[in-house]
Amino acid sequence: MSKRLLEVKGLTKAFGGVVAVSEVDFHLNQGEIVAVIGPNGAGKTTLFNMITGVLPPTSGQVFFDGKELTGKQPYQIAEAGITRTFQNLQVFENMSVIENVMTGVHCRLKTGFLQAGLRLMGVKKEEQQAFDIAMSCLEKVGIADLAFEPAEVLPYGNQRLLEIARASASSPQLILLDEPMAGLNPQESRQLVDIIKKKREEGMSFLFVEHDMETVMGISDRIVVIDYGKKIAEGTPAEIYENEKVIAAYLGTEDEEEAI
Amino acid sequence: MNHSRVNDLYNRHYGGLFLFIVVLAIVPFFVNSFFLSVLILVGLYAIVTTGLTMLMGYAGQISLGHAAFYGVGAYASAVMTGTHGMPGIVGVLVGVILSIVIAVLIGIPTLKLKENYLALATLGFGIIIFTFFKELKEITGGLNGFFGIPSFSLFGFSFDTDLKFYFLIWVLLIIGILFSKNVIDSRVGRALRSIHGSDIAANSIGVNIQQYKLKVFVLSAVYASVAGSLYAHYVTFINPNLFTAMESINFLIMVVIGGSANIWGGMIGAIVYVLLNELLKDIVPVFFPNVGGEFQIVFFGVLLVAILIYMPQGLAPTLGKLWGRLVGRKSKKQAVTGPPNADATVGGSK
Amino acid sequence: MELTSQFIQLIFSGLTIGSIYALVAIGFVITYNITGVLNFAQGDFAMLGAMLAITFVSMDIPMGLGIILSIGIVVLVGGIFERTAIYPARNASLPTLIIITLGVAIAIRGLAILIWGTQPRSLPPFTENNPINVLNAVLLPQSIWAVGISVVSLIAMHYFFNKTFIGKAVTACVVNRSAARLMGIKPEWMSFISIAVSAGLGAIAGIIIAPISGATYEMGLMIGMKAFVAAVIGGLTNAPAAIIGAFMIGILESFTEGLWTSGYKDAISFALLLLVLFFMPNGLFAKATGKRV
Repeated sequence: MSKRLLEVKGLTKAFGGVVAVSEVDFHLNQGEIVAVIGPNGAGKTTLFNMITGVLPPTSGQVFFDGKELTGKQPYQIAEAGITRTFQNLQVFENMSVIENVMTGVHCRLKTGFLQAGLRLMGVKKEEQQAFDIAMSCLEKVGIADLAFEPAEVLPYGNQRLLEIARASASSPQLILLDEPMAGLNPQESRQLVDIIKKKREEGMSFLFVEHDMETVMGISDRIVVIDYGKKIAEGTPAEIYENEKVIAAYLGTEDEEEAI
Repeated sequence: MNHSRVNDLYNRHYGGLFLFIVVLAIVPFFVNSFFLSVLILVGLYAIVTTGLTMLMGYAGQISLGHAAFYGVGAYASAVMTGTHGMPGIVGVLVGVILSIVIAVLIGIPTLKLKENYLALATLGFGIIIFTFFKELKEITGGLNGFFGIPSFSLFGFSFDTDLKFYFLIWVLLIIGILFSKNVIDSRVGRALRSIHGSDIAANSIGVNIQQYKLKVFVLSAVYASVAGSLYAHYVTFINPNLFTAMESINFLIMVVIGGSANIWGGMIGAIVYVLLNELLKDIVPVFFPNVGGEFQIVFFGVLLVAILIYMPQGLAPTLGKLWGRLVGRKSKKQAVTGPPNADATVGGSK
Repeated sequence: MELTSQFIQLIFSGLTIGSIYALVAIGFVITYNITGVLNFAQGDFAMLGAMLAITFVSMDIPMGLGIILSIGIVVLVGGIFERTAIYPARNASLPTLIIITLGVAIAIRGLAILIWGTQPRSLPPFTENNPINVLNAVLLPQSIWAVGISVVSLIAMHYFFNKTFIGKAVTACVVNRSAARLMGIKPEWMSFISIAVSAGLGAIAGIIIAPISGATYEMGLMIGMKAFVAAVIGGLTNAPAAIIGAFMIGILESFTEGLWTSGYKDAISFALLLLVLFFMPNGLFAKATGKRV
């Protein structure tokens, strides 16, 4: 039995009087791929933002690898070993592809203003180290040949891969993916699924939000379903597939989505 | 195996720089004393604007108070050497320490806010500091000014002629620019640029945004303070009116002219600003005999707006290309990496 | 007794100067709410208004007409400023826009020296200025004009933004830009209107202070900055809070000057600004909101 990596206890977020996420509990074991699903506006992104420190929770706790992370800043959470990608891409467009990923290595390096400015010994070595790590991350997602291109010229699908390379550059234990398949064509989606599976074999864990049910059912070990900010179900894909509450929640939104 | 390629990442070829240094070393022997003093002024300004370029171009923050840091350095040196007879380096260090303390005190509350409050806070701080220069008459001499600042000397060597001072300033400037360039071409520089690119993403991969903004603000304050100290030694007389908000805005104008997305932009801006200013001083009276410095104010105000609208990257990228052609650097390599901040105008994304 | 009258005196002058800051501060808040820009030229609109009014009066144009003309011209200048400097750069980053307003501010300042020189000028009081005695304190009618006109202007602004169609359209853009667009409101024009209106408010402020403390080409910087401080104290987006902030700054200044020294008057206001930024970054009157990052 592998150890518990992430543990979320009673996580709640209220905006003014509106409760966006209410008393959500779940956990993620090392090496697991867990999906968080739910209708639009169910509070998935808010949940993500609380785990990654973007939003402070109103109440509840987040534990990671035995340490409490509640209320920590995003950069501290990254240092602890959780990184993320973004639903609406947040590639550094003012840098080359390789520099994007080298920035991802940030928290594993030490060079500060003074060492860098004086180009002290060790800086060059760290640059080489960052470059090599970044290169191998790019190779793993298959866009190493684009390393020296400006990130902004990359097509959409490649920018998604770039974000994953950047998020994995610091060798985090857990990566949070916010709708990783959004905007990808079927071939790109399959490529991404392969990459995620391969990274899992290397020991990385994933928590992701996704609408594409095929992907969710295909790669998740477990699924957490939330609706109106509350967890309504949790289980293996097969269990979720037959859960009546989940079906009801989804049928409810099918109508709304068609209306739009 | 990737050894050659990591070297492709940043342009770290110093052939062009070497040529530039040779030019700098020869120039003072061929110009008259007036032009030499202009070049010294350019060098002093350029030290300030190099620091400011890092703050604006790479951290996306505006400071309207750098003349105050310049003034803190100047008065620290004036008081330490003029009043207390200390060695020049003590004045510089006192100025630097004061500037660091002030920059941290202003930076901590303002840099964590989303809006660009640093502009406002530094402007306010500039006015507070100006008030102190003016009111602490026993120390600063008030509006009458501070007279008789000795020339700068280091390890017994006195920089008592313009020529010696020229070399002091420009050597220091080159060191300052190289230091900044080293910072930019490293983990620290990538962190700064990532904040510019997307602050949420930067934070999510472990970049402590506030700390980096604060550090680069402090660094820029140190540059300004050192330049101010040396300025005091050069002119030997200072008064509070040299360090007003308008002076801070002038530094800003220089950075915008040169282009804050390039580490050489600060120096280029200082050169162009000072030369244009001197040129206007000569030309304007020919056409408008009764007009004084006010025409320059209008001119630079309009120029500032025009550059930001029509040439937001300033002169540096254009001049960089020309220089590359002149020196014969293979421009292809640059095209692959792209300029460090291809899309950077001033400051960060919204 | 002596102390009470001095106290009242300082309150009077604080309210007078505070009303000036309030007008300019509201201009900041309107511009900031609609364009997201901190407009550093705001104070210079006040200077421009004062200088124009002084010029018209010296040309023997009746004062009322001169004042209205001045305000009209400054509104026009504000509109031109928006079209030529802000609109073309509307997609630029925020710092770029801020520096643009700064460039415009110094260009206006330079033009003012070219036209009016550097000597201070003054505007005659709006009406006979015989001091009124209130509890042994002296109250000048011009101060009553100042406070009265700013209160009327502020009420007019409130009416404009909440009752008129254009005003409501502008407000709608603050709430939801794209929804406003769907309803046929062009956000681009709202930026134009907001800056023109703010310029007009600035002009009014400059004109009513000119008979009290004179006008110089550089008055805009200080008025602008104090109003800025007031707006930030109020949280930058909240108009009533900015007005309260403005009166606080005015009274703080008049007490510093009256009881201590005029030398540090300006420093005190900015020290307050730094303190507010340090301890209450969302303004003194901020409620705990769930503002998203």
